[in-house]
Amino acid sequence: MSRNMKELIIIDEKTFPRVVNRIAHEIMEKNPNLEDLVLIGIKKGGSLLKERIKEAIKKQEGVDLITGDIDITMYRDDIFKIGFQPKVETTEIPCSLDNKNVVLIDDVLYTGRTVRAAIDALFDFGRPKRIQLAVFIDRGHRELPIQADFVGKFLPTSKKEIVVVMFKEEDGKDCVVLREKNGRKNKMGS
Amino acid sequence: MAEKIKWVHKDFISLDNLSKEEILYVLDVASSFEEVLKRDVKKVPTLRGKSVLTLFYEPSTRTRTSFEMAAKILSADTINVSVSTSSVSKGETLLDTIKNIEAMSVDVVVIRHSCSGVPEFLAKKTKASIINAGDGRHEHPTQALLDMLTIKAFKNTLQGLKIAIVGDILHSRVARSNLIGLKKLGNEVRFVGPATFIPECFKELGAEIYYSLEEGIYDADVVMVLRLQKERMGAGFYPSEREYARFFSINKKTMHYAKKDAIFMHPGPVNRGLEITSDVLNDKRCVVLNQVTKGVAVRMAVLYLLLTGGKSEN
Repeated sequence: MSRNMKELIIIDEKTFPRVVNRIAHEIMEKNPNLEDLVLIGIKKGGSLLKERIKEAIKKQEGVDLITGDIDITMYRDDIFKIGFQPKVETTEIPCSLDNKNVVLIDDVLYTGRTVRAAIDALFDFGRPKRIQLAVFIDRGHRELPIQADFVGKFLPTSKKEIVVVMFKEEDGKDCVVLREKNGRKNKMGS
Repeated sequence: MAEKIKWVHKDFISLDNLSKEEILYVLDVASSFEEVLKRDVKKVPTLRGKSVLTLFYEPSTRTRTSFEMAAKILSADTINVSVSTSSVSKGETLLDTIKNIEAMSVDVVVIRHSCSGVPEFLAKKTKASIINAGDGRHEHPTQALLDMLTIKAFKNTLQGLKIAIVGDILHSRVARSNLIGLKKLGNEVRFVGPATFIPECFKELGAEIYYSLEEGIYDADVVMVLRLQKERMGAGFYPSEREYARFFSINKKTMHYAKKDAIFMHPGPVNRGLEITSDVLNDKRCVVLNQVTKGVAVRMAVLYLLLTGGKSEN
């Protein structure tokens, strides 16, 4: 397809659950002791992905992992510089993170600034033994020294493009699309 | 949940200036901040590098502490100016005081003053954001917001409720802010008290007026009791405190006029045994201390909204 396309499907509905399953299996492989494992989703896309990973692990191992959601608005490094006012959402971490193996989950890894903010936020809930990062799409263009431990798909992009991870419960179907920036401006991965 | 809206206000003076959507939005942001108050580490870096100054020309425990807590939890720097030990006592004018504060690049000034309209006047004269923490008999908008957040937590709704505000309505900025806010959200607001505290003209504000406690709080979902503001009144508003208490005190007996599951509120400070009795204050339907907790969250939301929005550039 040419670069003029409006939208390109990167992961379709059929492949989507397979990618989720692979990430879930990699997490289990790297963390044999599931008791200390806590999955934390970064709102909003990361929270939805976290639910899927949790389900996949439950299906495989029969273990209900402790999970939580984090909103990074209060930890943003650009709060006085961006032209809009982000809405503060609720953070829900159900237990102390002291000595826990935390897997931080987000839909798209881009500049790394969201992950930096999320790591800062996690430390306000205890001192985790280890923090790992799982993302559905790694689109490159890092501005901070941050690397994911589990990646659904590496997707080289231009900064003029937007990666949108869609979830059934929000967008009607599970898929990942690549759009040009002039299209609809929702959910820019960062 | 409230829709995301664009916050355009530099100052926070009155609920009269806010739309219904804006009020709901502040409450929504406040409930997100409530979670921070439950953490072990009550500190987030959101407003790092910003400064908040409290300038209170009237005494205060709750409001001032609450604003200071809110600012500190959000990592803003706080400065308290105590009027009695400041240059105000040397005769400095209000405007000069604020201009000097502005010259030190303070971002937010939280002000309480005995004259209505002072915050609005200052807002026009300074680049800093002004928050009204109570001006005379005019408004106390953050108090009304924390009252609304409390009502929402206990009643699971903020419309179609019967809310009775009882007592010294005349001198109460809390009553006015609550009336404005609660009416905007679609509630029935009643003013209940002796006629000396509720001039006839208050009907024009949209409140239903009752001079009998029993009728006034009958079937109410929320009973908000106000303090008798003795410092603001001369003689003649009521024959004696004992007589006032006999007719208008919320006690074990009179609280039953309201709905069975009604909640009882008071903005504080309380004159125990006068407008409300200790047994009501100890009752589980009394939510006075919940109000105080919500106050910190509401003030965090207001500071956040003013400091991260409300600017015309960008």
